[in-house]
Amino acid sequence: MKISLKINGQDLTAEVAPTTLLVDFLRSDQGLTGTHLGCDTSQCGACMVLVNGDAVKSCTLLAVQLDGAEVTTIEGLSDGETLSPVQEAFREAHGLQCGFCTPGMVVSVTDLLAKNPNPSESEIRHWLEGNICRCTGYQNIVKAAQMAAEKQQAA
Amino acid sequence: MYEFDYVRPTTLQEAQDLVGEDKKLLAGGQTYMPTLRQRLAMPELLIDLNAIPVLHGICEADDRISIGAMTRHAEVASDGLVRSKIPGLASMAGGIGDPAVRHRGTLGGSLANNDPSACYPAAVLALNAVVHTSKRSIEAKDFFQGLFTTALDEDEIISHVTFPSVPCAYLKFKQPASGFALAGVFACKLDDGFRLAVTGAGQEGVFRWQQAEAALNNDASFGDFKSLALEPDMIEDVHADADYRSNLVRVAAGRVVAQLREQLA
Repeated sequence: MKISLKINGQDLTAEVAPTTLLVDFLRSDQGLTGTHLGCDTSQCGACMVLVNGDAVKSCTLLAVQLDGAEVTTIEGLSDGETLSPVQEAFREAHGLQCGFCTPGMVVSVTDLLAKNPNPSESEIRHWLEGNICRCTGYQNIVKAAQMAAEKQQAA
Repeated sequence: MYEFDYVRPTTLQEAQDLVGEDKKLLAGGQTYMPTLRQRLAMPELLIDLNAIPVLHGICEADDRISIGAMTRHAEVASDGLVRSKIPGLASMAGGIGDPAVRHRGTLGGSLANNDPSACYPAAVLALNAVVHTSKRSIEAKDFFQGLFTTALDEDEIISHVTFPSVPCAYLKFKQPASGFALAGVFACKLDDGFRLAVTGAGQEGVFRWQQAEAALNNDASFGDFKSLALEPDMIEDVHADADYRSNLVRVAAGRVVAQLREQLA
């Protein structure tokens, strides 16, 4: 089926099978391998992307459903070589260990801060319920989210 | 996934004309997509309800709040009208799954699925909401008919649900990995008295705890829920045995009724 959508600001028309998941479309068809497929059971959140501004699990959506939508992946958050404030904060606060969950974490925190620019620690932890870090590196992920909020407020 | 065809109608009538055996509806997909991926379903056609505008949105009509079947949990949780008129429903919707689930999951999808551990059935049953479909209106008491079973015909589509504006509260003990209720209690006070609906616990799905309702109607300050009989057989699984679940229901009822009393005061 033919779909037209916007990915990371670029208009795009593509042919997809009805059964193609958004995550597979992004990774295999579009080469956007920053979005990770972690669990296969809609639980881990490594595959999160923004669809029309909301964080969603790209393994739980069909690509055909995205006709007319605007998708932002981890690749779309930085401006060329310039990292987004959330990405910078994850680097500075060491908000990652193996890094596999990081794309989903960064997308999720980006969405949180767009909706709630100054979240409490408890709000950050609740928001990240859908993002699993199997290294259990949550302390620094939460610190990174707090640092990102400060950076965005200062900017 | 097994192969299927996909269609995205823009009117309820188009969807109605297509739906039937092996021609299944796709709402938010937060249960159905994982089901498809595990090859537990083999539809011939998937009818995506996401582009039908009339199924979205929240409004007030005739003293009731009407919520479209495709309205997302995140919208219900943050909507000013719902928060002020049916506070327990807003807080319940804000606690379903995780933010990504709440961005996609819908009221109608949750009700049509009738998972015995889902939150929405408790709210709809306690509030005596009315489920409006492409064919008729169904009162909550007639809608839920056991595990994953509802009054809906195979070719019937939920359009919206109407709720009364009343003080209400919801509390669940959740299974930490999924966010589903190990035991959840929705409490409200309607014109004819207190109503408590329990999800996550009963083997036959959501139920009203009539002994607790009677005790509260007899004495609005009643608090000894541990002394009351809890008749339905409780779910037993790796997360909680029957006795533990019964206890969770009683503790949740005590806490949620305390929240309700604050609203009524």
